[in-house]
Amino acid sequence: MEGEYILVTSGLVREFKGFVAVDHVDLRVRRGSIHALIGPNGAGKTTVFNLLTKFLPPTRGQIIYNGNDITRHSPAQVAKLGMIRSFQISSVFPHMTALENVRMGLQARHGGSLRFWRSGKTLHSLHGQALELLRAVGLEEFADVAAVELPYGRKRALEIATTLALDPELLLLDEPTQGMGAEDVGAITELLKRVAVGRTVLMVEHNLGVVGRLADRITVLQRGRVLAEGNYAEVSTNPDVITAYMGGAAHA
Amino acid sequence: MNRWLWIILIALGLVAPYVLYPVFVMKLLCFALFACAFNLLLGYTGLLSFGHAAFFGAAAYAAGHSIKVWGFPTELGILTGTLVACLLGVVFGKLAIRRQGIYFAMVTLALAQIVYFVALKSSFTGGEDGLQGVPRGRLLGFIDLNDSLNMYYFVLAIFLFGFWLIARIVDSPFGQVLKAIRENEPRALSLGYDVSRFKLIAFVLSATLSGLAGATKAVVFQFASLTDVNWATSGEVVLMTLVGGVGTITGPMVGAFTVVSLHSRLSWMGSWVTVIVGITFIVCVLVFRRGIVGELQELLRRLRGRPTRARPAAAAQPQATKREA
Ligand SMILES: Nc1ncnc2c1ncn2[C@@H]1O[C@H](COP(=O)(O)OP(=O)(O)O)[C@@H](O)[C@H]1O
Ligand SMILES: [Mg+2]
Repeated sequence: MEGEYILVTSGLVREFKGFVAVDHVDLRVRRGSIHALIGPNGAGKTTVFNLLTKFLPPTRGQIIYNGNDITRHSPAQVAKLGMIRSFQISSVFPHMTALENVRMGLQARHGGSLRFWRSGKTLHSLHGQALELLRAVGLEEFADVAAVELPYGRKRALEIATTLALDPELLLLDEPTQGMGAEDVGAITELLKRVAVGRTVLMVEHNLGVVGRLADRITVLQRGRVLAEGNYAEVSTNPDVITAYMGGAAHA
Repeated sequence: MNRWLWIILIALGLVAPYVLYPVFVMKLLCFALFACAFNLLLGYTGLLSFGHAAFFGAAAYAAGHSIKVWGFPTELGILTGTLVACLLGVVFGKLAIRRQGIYFAMVTLALAQIVYFVALKSSFTGGEDGLQGVPRGRLLGFIDLNDSLNMYYFVLAIFLFGFWLIARIVDSPFGQVLKAIRENEPRALSLGYDVSRFKLIAFVLSATLSGLAGATKAVVFQFASLTDVNWATSGEVVLMTLVGGVGTITGPMVGAFTVVSLHSRLSWMGSWVTVIVGITFIVCVLVFRRGIVGELQELLRRLRGRPTRARPAAAAQPQATKREA
């Protein structure tokens, strides 16, 4: 279990009606690191996330998580093993309050969710923990506000708090700063730096500033294939990567 | 749930048989329970079943048969009917739960038609004649249910229990997960909730409680017939729920009262009733989109000056696996 790599994929392929969106991707994510997955729009980054979390079955290839083959697992099983994803578009429970959102994460971890005969009041015991998580992402004062009413940056923070409620071992973040103003980007970057302590993070990110500040290692995807891999200095000076980014949209 | 609502409900339930015909109120209660059970699925899980008459009707036949032919005591007969609906719910649920939207409705309809066909062709159901002459018997062996007031209070107790259970389920930790699934299914899944399992359990609970309503109805009217398993009954319960207010706790009850009352008030019009009920339905859907109770709640909210919270039950879910560019 305690291998050097928490997540290893080999020969991962996903085709959509003959179109190869993910093409023989071999990924190694080092335990405890922040690993960034970058590449132009349509490179297949989100599809890789969907494969890893079993939202899509791979056409070919294998996924090993913590030494276990999870290639045929279900999304819920993968989550139970400690791999939790976020989505590219902000993904909250819109008509639940911020507190209730985070509580959904806590409830998933604590179990007992099938008990349809229990009073909803039994969930109040989770409120202390929920508030603590909201405090950690600076949302304490919004505890009773419906998620739909929060501004965009705060929605993303709420999403992170909900994810953290599960105390994930591996966090998959799909473009956590997408569509944010400079101020929010800075805040989320700081937040991610803090929450990454003691965990592994695999993140898709377009903002190269954020990638440079956070990532220990970077994999560049292009048209479903791995184009380059290395640390920021290596990747940013790689001629192939420079060409790809000139050709594709750097900040799409 | 609101304490006052319970007090009013129980008070109304206690005096109703002195104001209206007990048999009529019992019919109201059976259909109200049926609609509330259906709403657990449509309103609180976001699944439209078009085959709920199968649970209602199968339970009615099973209760009727076990009491009349096997000589089961009344309460055991009702329990038997409920159990049959529960098992049928497991079978239907396993076959239908992974289908989405209209396909789910179609699978439930098709399965219900099989149940209808079996009821039509079997001998124990009495075919076209129905299962007649089910004795009401004695509750716990000593309360004579042929006395209509005794029968009434027994039915009221069953209704209140069923209604309480539904309110409890909606409020429970399980109900919270159902809400989360309705709000954002991919997110619920990514947090580790086994979405299909939660939907299946909700489906079985809804089927079971629909069965309780059907079994009780068979004892009240002392018969079970093809009407109980007919697709028209499946449609009727959808209508009751929408008219009253889908996804509200009391809406289906109000809807059931409205539809059943219309039917009995207008029974002199013969088959024109269907037309009137149909028009009522269309008006409701066009004018009060949230149903009677849903619109009242919205009005109250506006009067208090709170912002609107539109929450359509079967809203399109964001698709995680779709292209998210
Ligand atoms: N469910 C799907 N069906 C068909 N094509 C898809 C699907 N999901 C993604 N694709 C295609 O796969 C390619 C990669 O998409 P995606 O993984 O979203 O890219 P990225 O996240 O890197 O921008 C795109 O060309 C996209 O159109
Ligand atoms: Mg993407």
